[in-house]
Amino acid sequence: MRIGVVTFPGSLDDTDAARAVRYAGAEPVRLWHADRDLRRVDAVILPGGFSYGDYLRCGAIARFSPVMAELIPAARAGLPVLGICNGFQILCEAHLLPGALTRNAGLRFITRDVRLTVGNATTPWTGGYHAGQQLLVPLKSGEGAYAADQATLDELEAAGRVVVRYAGEAPNGAARGIAGICSDDGNVVGLMPHPEHAIDPLTGPSADGLGFFTSVVRAFAGAAAATEAEAGALR
Amino acid sequence: MSDEDTVEVAAGTPDRPQPFAELGLTKQEYEKIRHLLGRRPTAAELALYSVMWSEHCSYKSSKVHLRQLAPGEQQSEALLAGIGANAGVVDIGQGYAVTFKIESHNHPSFVEPHQGAATGVGGIVRDILAMGARPVAVMDALRFGPADAHDTARVLPGVVSGISFYGNCLGLPNIGGELAFDPCYAGNPLVNALCVGVMRHHDLKAAVATGPGNKVVLFGSRTGPDGVGGASVLASATFEGAGGEGKAAKRPSVQVGDPFMEKLLVECCLELYASGLIEGIQDLGAAGVACATTELSAGGSGGMRVTLDDVPLRDPTLSPAEILMSESQERMMAVVTPANVRAFLEVCARWDVEATVIGEVTGDGMLTMTWRGGTVVSIPPETAADGPVYQRPMARPADLDALQAGTPDGLDRPKDGQGLRAALLALLGSPDLADKSWVTAQYDRYVRGDTVLAMPEDGGLLRVDERTNLGIALATDGNGRYCRLDPYLGTRLALSEAYRNVAMTGARPVAVTNCMNFGSPEDPAVMWQLAEAVRGLADGCRELGIPVTGGNVSLYNQTGSNAIHPTPVIGVLGVHEDVRRRLGAGFTTDGARLVLLGTTGEEFGGSAWAHVLHAHLGGRPPAPDLPSERRLATLIAQAAAAGLLSAAHDLSDGGLAIALAESCLSGGRGCRVSLNGDPFAGLFSESPARAVVCVSPGREPEFAALCEANEVPATVLGTTGGEALAVEGAFDIPVAELRKVWEGTLPALFG
Repeated sequence: MRIGVVTFPGSLDDTDAARAVRYAGAEPVRLWHADRDLRRVDAVILPGGFSYGDYLRCGAIARFSPVMAELIPAARAGLPVLGICNGFQILCEAHLLPGALTRNAGLRFITRDVRLTVGNATTPWTGGYHAGQQLLVPLKSGEGAYAADQATLDELEAAGRVVVRYAGEAPNGAARGIAGICSDDGNVVGLMPHPEHAIDPLTGPSADGLGFFTSVVRAFAGAAAATEAEAGALR
Repeated sequence: MSDEDTVEVAAGTPDRPQPFAELGLTKQEYEKIRHLLGRRPTAAELALYSVMWSEHCSYKSSKVHLRQLAPGEQQSEALLAGIGANAGVVDIGQGYAVTFKIESHNHPSFVEPHQGAATGVGGIVRDILAMGARPVAVMDALRFGPADAHDTARVLPGVVSGISFYGNCLGLPNIGGELAFDPCYAGNPLVNALCVGVMRHHDLKAAVATGPGNKVVLFGSRTGPDGVGGASVLASATFEGAGGEGKAAKRPSVQVGDPFMEKLLVECCLELYASGLIEGIQDLGAAGVACATTELSAGGSGGMRVTLDDVPLRDPTLSPAEILMSESQERMMAVVTPANVRAFLEVCARWDVEATVIGEVTGDGMLTMTWRGGTVVSIPPETAADGPVYQRPMARPADLDALQAGTPDGLDRPKDGQGLRAALLALLGSPDLADKSWVTAQYDRYVRGDTVLAMPEDGGLLRVDERTNLGIALATDGNGRYCRLDPYLGTRLALSEAYRNVAMTGARPVAVTNCMNFGSPEDPAVMWQLAEAVRGLADGCRELGIPVTGGNVSLYNQTGSNAIHPTPVIGVLGVHEDVRRRLGAGFTTDGARLVLLGTTGEEFGGSAWAHVLHAHLGGRPPAPDLPSERRLATLIAQAAAAGLLSAAHDLSDGGLAIALAESCLSGGRGCRVSLNGDPFAGLFSESPARAVVCVSPGREPEFAALCEANEVPATVLGTTGGEALAVEGAFDIPVAELRKVWEGTLPALFG
């Protein structure tokens, strides 16, 4: 499986995301912000960082980059996309996910290992977990408080689109403790915490984050097998 | 032609008055410049000499002492580039080289804490980048006035947010450092930033302009009026210096940083290096274009000709002198062959980095600059690069005898278990020893995915090679109180603590960097302190068998006649052969045997106990014991490699009591220990060359044999486990109580 990792000017966790892809047994493919080319990848990760210096608003400039012009329709057509931290902010700015990420309640940047509860284990990025599972993953952001209007929040909850929630009080004041959400068909997932920093206890607080990456590999293998079976039945 | 002060004009108007004093030059220095040039300098030349000959750039007061730090032949095998380069470079094996350096940004951080500290990070990162390395981590050693002082509430949060903003946005993990408070830093906070970079041996770059005809390219941010005169005004005299307008008038002297630009510059430079497009490279820091052109041409084979009109400006009204002195951030200068210029500019364009050819290398030995058709600079570059050297008068501080005579022997000591318990909690909750998360939680420690250990561990540890698990460890340490009592011993103690902290991770210490923070060199007592500190560092490194690879001196850290405590901050780099075998400080298992390594004397001079419980500073600091430090480091490295230990923590401020408390807090479990002899000395003495370790169950005999083989005294203290830190016959303190005291302090002070 080939998983694209986009590098915007100011992307910082792209190397880490590529490493996580490798740990999960897939091939990382580097995608460049200025190229209108997804290089025929099977999924895409928008990594953390400060794309375009976070000028104007986090993710506001990145959403207009050439690579996003390709990615937005592909995501709408079902391509699995994971946005982590700044990537989540870009997905919101691109309207692939609802709501926005706002300044932390304490107004300071927070680096902390946080406990998350999996709310939706049916997306391509979370299929390897089970609902209610607890994960220990780093959070590191200054503008990580998820915000949306009440109707949107109600809708997200009703549709099971809250992918992960902070266990206990949200450290950044996120609405309803939301740490990650997905699109209505589940293929686009945005996360504020960083699963790519929790793939090996040597360099992270746990290996709990690896499941996001192995999940998509498994989902892809499953989809490929299903396609194969379908093709076989047709023959 | 302009009406600018050209060489021609200068030659014809020898008597025109020049503002040398306002630029920080003495009358003698000004006369020396006239003598060197055989005429009066132009305005641009005067600006150039003033910044190059500032204390910050020329080390004119400290140079005579720093010569002692030149590494001896036996120590230099691992040294690929040493003092004098932008940063020292050390061979760590497997084809990797590491460069690291610590630098001060003290004065700007007092004037404008956020930008001052932010640009401090940016500056040291470019130093590392200029060596050809990818910067991989930063650390910060911070010292402020009293934690509860009104101004500390302005300076500390600003400094921390500046480091957080710049370092996080640049994508460099912050893996450790220091935080200390003392009234002596109230008007002179110390903000020392360390950066470390990694490269392959053949990537090493030099700051030289060679090959006449090669082009000089300025790239990165545009040049603006920020930081004009920063080097000469801010770092070389009191804040009331030039013009006498006071602090407010100096605000424009602090530079403003853009970490996004720096990130692009880092990636752009690394791509330029990898493509082989650079002959020589220099970062622009203090003294900007003046310093970069001077050092590149002085370090090279010939001269350089620069067209100042071609420097891209943010403010078109800048004069040639201001262009030369501007300290606008995020700029680099490269020497490129004419054939490579096009490819060079293409790489820059790919990263949206503006790049402009502003001159070329010549063979005439002169640094020549033109502006609007006139020649405004024409000097032999080495005359500006070398600068004056002063043998400033030195005198042992007049109050030192009295200070050393006022020993802590007569201070009231705890008389029973309750007293010991109260003393431990008072120390643990004191701002110097309390939980630093308020600060460190604002820094990204995870980015790049190679951070194996970070604060609050003794040393930061990074993986360098994912395949072989080769790594590097780093720690910085300094103790102003010890150095105030005896700068020679205090500096050796700072070195031994940093060395020990690196060793605690299981790494082998290999090299030293330093940041010398002192008061005014014009005060003979301060010069004596500086000389003693450098002598202590030189002797200490010789005894430990590791070289000093570079460093930085920050003088004039004083308010009126009140100098800061002499505060050398020492950084030590270690090599870890297998980061999977790293040791942390936390007690992570129950029932493990706790062993105290080293010898405990009764040493309370300058101790945390005397400071926190009695506000006392007097006597002599603990006696450093470098041969024992060496044996201790060897023992830990061997024991870690053999898997004999599950934790190791060094003993320093607050002694065994604080070390045990920290290990309990970090591992989330208690321990039970019994002490022989006087429990007060056992718990709070600060004798160096000591550590507490947790032995892996079943490996006790092996470890005991290893201690004996290395001649390290080992005393069994007790075992880990339980809910409390328990000292038999003295006290039990629940870990939850320790945590409440430890974690509460900084949030209560800073919100």
